[in-house]
Amino acid sequence: MTGYAHLRNSPDAVLTVKDLRVEFKVPGGVVKAVSDVSFDVLKGETLSIVGESGCGKTTLGKAVLQLPSPDGGSVTFEGTDLTTLKREDLRKARTAIQMIFQDPISSLDPRMTVRDLIGEPLWVWNKGDNEEREAKVRELLNNVGLEPDQVLERHSYEFSGGQCQRLSIARSLALEPRMLICDEPVSALDVSIQAQILNLLQDMKERYGLTMLFISHDLAVVKAVSSRIMVMYLGKVCEIGSPDAIYSKPAHHYTAALIDSVPLPDPTKRRDGVALQGEPPSPMNPPSGCRFRTRCPAASEKCSAEEPQLREVTPGQFVACHHPRV
Amino acid sequence: MTALLSIKDLVVRFRTPRGLLEAVRGVNLDIPAGASVGIVGESGSGKTVMSRAAMGLLSGSNVERSGSVMFDGQELSSLDSVQVREYFGTGMAMIFQDPMTALNPVRRIGTQISEGLRVRLGMSKKDAMKRSAELLAKVRIPDPEAVLRKFPYQLSGGMRQRVMIATAIACNPKLLFADEPTTALDVTVQAQILNLLADLRKDLGMSMVLVTHDLGVVANNTDFVAVMYAGEIVEMAPTTELFANMKMPYTEALLKSIPKIDAPTEKRLPVIEGRLPNPTDRPEGCGFASRCSYAQDKCRQDRPELEDAGNGHLYRCWYPLGSTIARKSS
Repeated sequence: MTGYAHLRNSPDAVLTVKDLRVEFKVPGGVVKAVSDVSFDVLKGETLSIVGESGCGKTTLGKAVLQLPSPDGGSVTFEGTDLTTLKREDLRKARTAIQMIFQDPISSLDPRMTVRDLIGEPLWVWNKGDNEEREAKVRELLNNVGLEPDQVLERHSYEFSGGQCQRLSIARSLALEPRMLICDEPVSALDVSIQAQILNLLQDMKERYGLTMLFISHDLAVVKAVSSRIMVMYLGKVCEIGSPDAIYSKPAHHYTAALIDSVPLPDPTKRRDGVALQGEPPSPMNPPSGCRFRTRCPAASEKCSAEEPQLREVTPGQFVACHHPRV
Repeated sequence: MTALLSIKDLVVRFRTPRGLLEAVRGVNLDIPAGASVGIVGESGSGKTVMSRAAMGLLSGSNVERSGSVMFDGQELSSLDSVQVREYFGTGMAMIFQDPMTALNPVRRIGTQISEGLRVRLGMSKKDAMKRSAELLAKVRIPDPEAVLRKFPYQLSGGMRQRVMIATAIACNPKLLFADEPTTALDVTVQAQILNLLADLRKDLGMSMVLVTHDLGVVANNTDFVAVMYAGEIVEMAPTTELFANMKMPYTEALLKSIPKIDAPTEKRLPVIEGRLPNPTDRPEGCGFASRCSYAQDKCRQDRPELEDAGNGHLYRCWYPLGSTIARKSS
């Protein structure tokens, strides 16, 4: 348990997740992918979830959509607890939350034309007749910066990674969702294309009034899009706060290490901090107390004995650490 | 400095159903012994094809290659694929972008690392295994003896890339090609791998070619940088000179598009509009003209040649940044 100090109990909360727990049974034990994570996202906000591979950020994003259903906790979306819904009700509820995946090329069916790819959600949900659907598909393609007449009859393999990600975004917006979960949407793309897709997501957020969960391993990437940032390590929340606070005075030693790992595009500047050593321990057998203590420069005996609770260090910045940096 | 690897007028074309695809268009590049050279460009700029052609890894009836590749005093382009293989491992080695697929999934780590040692250096199985464990320790893998017996799927991405590096440096190559070695990895692991490569290079006195799309990666890890665009080198300079004194609008745009940790939040990022020109139908004039915010009529008509600004800074632009030639921003 890392506590609820950071929950805002606001009437504007679109999504409230409490004590979410996801575990996978594997030969030899149980992988504790997400352990008692709580957070809330207000309408129009973008919450970025940041951490290394294996920290549970993708599992967390999928658990919000009940893919699969979490092993514990609640996911309240617009007042409804998704974990209690029956199959058909859940299917309906999911139309309001859509997801964009990391690999834009393999997440699109190579045998479908662009028209079918973008129109499929409309067809599945029986929205409009053929003409209305065609008009909607064209509108979506225009909005993501693709020329409908040039692309409608083509297949996903004819496009570059950046264009495929545009198609994925168009498809995810077809049902006019109120929430978008973006799972590493730009990490498979060139830096020059990353900026285009990040800008596009910002535009779509404004145009469709979206609330977003943005999952990434790179703190530099989320900087441009986030209204709030949550740093995760080995299935737990380390720190949550505004981008300004997180970047200018990170309170958790793990956040500081993540910031220090971003390469500086300037040969005259070098990082003075020490890059994080080693790899995260196995999530099958996480360390006691604070899970980061095995790689933490400030770890003490207290860290192994007692799990740190989230507490406010500066207004709006919450950290789960016995020896915070601020 | 003498060049360890010297590439002259390298041209690589692929015959495709859509026509002749010119992936590399006349590249000249010298890699001095002991140096670290960055090659930077977007997907499709020809950076990977160029490094593979330099190593003689491109073959097949649809490949046309011309130009010269001299390695350590030997002309490689006249050798066939069996002869050029003599240089792999001991002369040149390569690590690839995707550590997930570059290792053989059904063979143990130890067998894969020791293969080069046994074939190239003629070591016995026992000696090769012992040396493999030392190599794993050298790339900072904890408990190397246990890892030797593991299969690739039992290791994380970062660990696999370390195994790739151990395999590549096993026979003490003089030159290491690192093709996007950190693109598939987390930023924290990226920092570890880049540090590791820098330390190994010092230890072994190896030259390195670091191929990447991220100018941030080369800034602190190379002695000089070549920027590629549409199959050509468009700018080349010592790393500090390049970052202090950019001449090509493309290089500047590439740098600006990197998400920066000190950028303002919730603001639009600068982007490079448009895409690389179609490689089967290159435009006349400068390949970047259609995306360049400074382009003028001359850029669209005449192809610029590589110019030397003195101090070894080469660029391919009619209206370089910071020049006194009058130019209007469109």
